[in-house]
Amino acid sequence: MLKYGIPLLLAVVLGVFLMIGLNRDPRYVPSPLIGKPAPEFSLPSLQDASYPVSSKELLGQPWVLNVWGTWCGGCRQEHDTLLAIARQDVVPMIGLNWKDDNAAAQQWLRQLGNPYAAVAEDREGRTAIDWGVYGAPETFLIGPDGVVLYKHIAPMTMEDWNKEFLPRIEAARAAAGSKS
Amino acid sequence: MTRVFLRAGFLAALLAFSGLSLAIDTEAAFEDPVLQHRYETINRELRCLVCQNQTIADSNATLAQDLRREVREMIAAGKTDDEIREFMIERYGDFVLYRPRMTAQNFLLWAAPALLLLIAAVVLVRVVRRRAQESDIETDGPEAGHS
Repeated sequence: MLKYGIPLLLAVVLGVFLMIGLNRDPRYVPSPLIGKPAPEFSLPSLQDASYPVSSKELLGQPWVLNVWGTWCGGCRQEHDTLLAIARQDVVPMIGLNWKDDNAAAQQWLRQLGNPYAAVAEDREGRTAIDWGVYGAPETFLIGPDGVVLYKHIAPMTMEDWNKEFLPRIEAARAAAGSKS
Repeated sequence: MTRVFLRAGFLAALLAFSGLSLAIDTEAAFEDPVLQHRYETINRELRCLVCQNQTIADSNATLAQDLRREVREMIAAGKTDDEIREFMIERYGDFVLYRPRMTAQNFLLWAAPALLLLIAAVVLVRVVRRRAQESDIETDGPEAGHS
């Protein structure tokens, strides 16, 4: 019994690990930024280059950073969800317009509606690199203390928002409230 | 004779540079060949996360171009290779490295070959000993009965 038992057990254990490996999405790369201070940026606003959009001004409240571009199909896909989220008015949503054409981006917002409190224009993609962005759309949640709480890599759905974002926002607000 | 050497040298140079014509990178090379070599080497060690099975040296995705630009600027600014790697890991995690580091999380993976070899050796020794004992009993058994 023992003669066949141990190899069988090993095969089953290995099999379980391989099964888990099969079902994992290789496109999803966990962000090393989670739990660390969000990279700072100060970029020109998409609509008015003389007006800077700065991450420092957002300190003290939870906020969301959504990385998008008009060249990105997934961004079009999630746009209506972003509009619905913006209507909830829970947290400010900041857009990071990643390596895009300014005129095209502005037209996109005029045509489809603008869910963003402000849009920072990252023409050269340097801020995106600081944030470890590799595929739009990506959406970050930043806490009141400026720490990255969560990163969502895929078009946003209402389910993602309700399940992953809202509870973290509430928890962050509760934690910040108890401290002060 | 010298003409043959010249021709051979010319052909060798052509061959040496034919690799460059395959490169995707269209940026001007560093004037210092040492820096250029470092630039190319480190690009071949960094993963392009958009096209995960390519290095940023192989890929023409815009992110790969941007990351090559970062590497180029950091080399020009006098950063060491380790500093450049650290810059990438801070942003993209260990996955960005094509030659993974040993960390607390993947220690078991690194140790696995040695561990498996050790287990195999222990099993082997035990099996061989038991077989030796069994054959001892078979051959020695009757004699032991006599004494």
